[in-house]
Amino acid sequence: MKKIRRLLAGFGLGAWGAAHADYALNMTPGVTEVSRDIYDLHMLILWICVVIGVGVYGLMIYSIMHHRKSKGVVPAQFHENTKLEIVWTVIPFLILLGMAIPATSVMVKAYDTSGADMTVKVTGYQWKWRYEYLDEGIDFFSTLDAKSNEARQLGASINPTSVPNYLLDVDNPLVVPVNKKIRFLFTGADVIHSWWVPALGWKKDTIPGFVTDAWAKIEKPGTYRGQCAELCGRDHGFMPIVVIAKTNEEYKQWVAEQKAKAEVVKAEATKTFSMDELMAKGQEVYNANCAGCHQPNGEGIPGTFPPIKGSPVATGSMDEHLNVVLKGKGDMMPAFEDSLNPADVAAVVTYQRNAFGNNKGDMVQPSEIKLQ
Amino acid sequence: MSSAVATHDEHHDHGPAKGILRWVFTTNHKDIGTLYMTTALIMFLVGGAMALVIRAELFAPGMQFVDPMFFNQMTTLHALVMVFGAVMPAFAGLANWMIPIMIGAPDMALPRMNNWSFWLLPFALILLASTLFMEGGAPAAGWTLYPPLVLQGGAHLPFAIFSVHLLGISSIMAAINIIVTAFNMRAPGMTLMKMPLFVWTWVITAFLLIAVMPVFAGAVTMLLTDKFFGTSFFNAAGGGDPVLYQHLFWFFGHPEVYIMILPSFGVISMIIPTFSRKPLFGYSSMVYATASIGFLSFIVWAHHQYTVGMPLAGELYFTYATMLIAVPTGVKVFNWVSTMWKGAMTFETPMLFAIAFVVLFTMGGFTGLMMAISPADLQYHDTYFIVAHFHYVLVPGAVFALFAATYYWLPKWTGYMYDERLGKLHFWLSTISVNLLFFPQHFLGLAGMPRRIPDYATQFAEFNAWSSVGAFVFGFSQLIFVYVIIKAIRGGEKATDEVWEGAHEHGLEWTLPSPPPYHTWTTAPEIK
Repeated sequence: MKKIRRLLAGFGLGAWGAAHADYALNMTPGVTEVSRDIYDLHMLILWICVVIGVGVYGLMIYSIMHHRKSKGVVPAQFHENTKLEIVWTVIPFLILLGMAIPATSVMVKAYDTSGADMTVKVTGYQWKWRYEYLDEGIDFFSTLDAKSNEARQLGASINPTSVPNYLLDVDNPLVVPVNKKIRFLFTGADVIHSWWVPALGWKKDTIPGFVTDAWAKIEKPGTYRGQCAELCGRDHGFMPIVVIAKTNEEYKQWVAEQKAKAEVVKAEATKTFSMDELMAKGQEVYNANCAGCHQPNGEGIPGTFPPIKGSPVATGSMDEHLNVVLKGKGDMMPAFEDSLNPADVAAVVTYQRNAFGNNKGDMVQPSEIKLQ
Repeated sequence: MSSAVATHDEHHDHGPAKGILRWVFTTNHKDIGTLYMTTALIMFLVGGAMALVIRAELFAPGMQFVDPMFFNQMTTLHALVMVFGAVMPAFAGLANWMIPIMIGAPDMALPRMNNWSFWLLPFALILLASTLFMEGGAPAAGWTLYPPLVLQGGAHLPFAIFSVHLLGISSIMAAINIIVTAFNMRAPGMTLMKMPLFVWTWVITAFLLIAVMPVFAGAVTMLLTDKFFGTSFFNAAGGGDPVLYQHLFWFFGHPEVYIMILPSFGVISMIIPTFSRKPLFGYSSMVYATASIGFLSFIVWAHHQYTVGMPLAGELYFTYATMLIAVPTGVKVFNWVSTMWKGAMTFETPMLFAIAFVVLFTMGGFTGLMMAISPADLQYHDTYFIVAHFHYVLVPGAVFALFAATYYWLPKWTGYMYDERLGKLHFWLSTISVNLLFFPQHFLGLAGMPRRIPDYATQFAEFNAWSSVGAFVFGFSQLIFVYVIIKAIRGGEKATDEVWEGAHEHGLEWTLPSPPPYHTWTTAPEIK
């Protein structure tokens, strides 16, 4: 009942763009100048369409009510009126002109990526995003968070409504400062994805072999969520985007934390792990990176994704196994040398060789992994 | 020529062959029309069942029934089956049945090719469906089959592509036949500007088909060579360009959507005058508007790709060109409304579907205009707003026009009136449920739900549930349609020649007996 009331309220008021609660019914006005311009443009065209619609439907309804045979109407026989036909060709043309002018100015603004304060490179992978801060040297991957990932499995017993921000949370969000012009560069690593955060006002395809750009100057600190918008394979529905806009000071603090984290990863690359440590870490890495295709139980999907359980790769030579994980294989198995650090690779390979009933008993240390 | 036809008739005044071979070897345009439409109806139910798999999964958040990979396969096959298996063959069937009758021709111009163009179809569709049973399953890359995604995966690719080739050959042959028939076989006195609008819209459609089908065939063949022969048309690592595929695809794909809607315009332009008891308003502007839409459809393809990173000038050009399509489309809608104005309307089932067509197609047109505006489309693109838009033009658009056409001509085809009460029930159930199905999808798209996702964030739950309920009601309502058709074929109240009051003023078909004899117009009618 509450929903219906909200819906009716939305019909009446939502279109005015007054309340924020209308997000579920209408486009978001967003948090950048361009996104607000786009929102206004959207509302302008919507209203023009509504007015034309009321006119056309009004005439139709009048005819249907009054010009019916059961009322004893004798049909008129006119079937041509050149003047009228010219009028309804020219007037719509002028209306279109009235829409094209503001549309052009918004498009010109949206395309102007010059004079940016910082640049973030976004690369689409099946099925995660890589964010590189070109000025800071920060580089990380962002995937669906573990809770959503667990709940979204076929036949999972977790109720999606109990998961906060179901399918819209990631492990590593993109963090950016407010009131800075950020230039985004987009490219794809395997197939075409599309990076879309509605609050920023645009979406951009990430295409392998091409680099395109767009920009945003976020005006309000906050968390803004989006999703991949281009069909990119099995887990297309599961590669969300989270952008956290912070004040300049908080952002600087975050940058410092990231740099400290990078040091830890560097140290891990030379550390010697125990079997238990590798297995625990390996399970985490597996669930984040491998379970999407090979399934959490390692059984794969027959005909599409091979199983890890009993697989000749996971039970064969260690070198071959590492090679497949690092370099990928065929069309479907991506190369993980970019997205995983040596400790992750060592852990996940060890995990795959000793979990799901695979009983190799061997392990590999991060120091033995050579990344490019 | 006429004397040759006369002697031919003396020796072969026969009816159809007996048994199954009648349908295998037939060159009769009515038989072939029936075959096309039967296939289309079956495929409509098959494609609809696939849609119900999709809507069942989307009923509630969380994955309940199918694997995401299978969900993607359903998305692709639903689209390909509906476009190439249901809507296009249904219109081809209407064309086969009605065009010769409407223009006073004894048959289609190339009857043997006609047989072949039909019989390619079921085999192509079986080939397509067979991919479902292959290792790795059917293609799972949307109906657009974009690389590099479509190049991943199992054995389906060559089968799907050969199927597309066959479907394309079938369509091109049907198109050639229609053009030749309409240009060469009109009865004496029927000038081009006296041709019924349904024939006009089909002629323009046929030209679109011939122009774009080879482009599509070329594009998918390039996919094939990329996959199996080491070429790099669309592989960036080899110097190719994945976006090139998109340009080729949409050069086909955009006219393709008009291929699915222009014949509907023709159908509606035949039905509204009949039930308004008035001549069609603005016949010649209807012809010019259809031709303009046909032309414009070739120069706007990249409005499907505003987000790939085109140059600004390209982006603006495609915006302006796309917006222009609203002008001729508006002319058509205004003309239909003017035809109803001051008419003496009655509301039999075909008219009900025609009115619903005008109302709901116009809504699809409005959202189409909204997404022509490139900056706004950056937000709409690849969301459920798009899904709502194209389903409004394809379901209450093309499909409703097909329903309207079926009810309009069914008494002519079978010789029996259909059950008007059931027809109206079918209409009301379909119209209410189709809006419950697709209207909420506008909100979903605007609120940020991407297309083609098997699962969604919880704030989208209510509208998806409504949409799924609408889908199931709509789907099962179609069984009424099937029943009405079967019932009318089996008998009932005899239809008069005219069928609808005063219909004889609106087309040659109403001057023939219902059903028309197996060979019609052995003597050409005279057109005043």
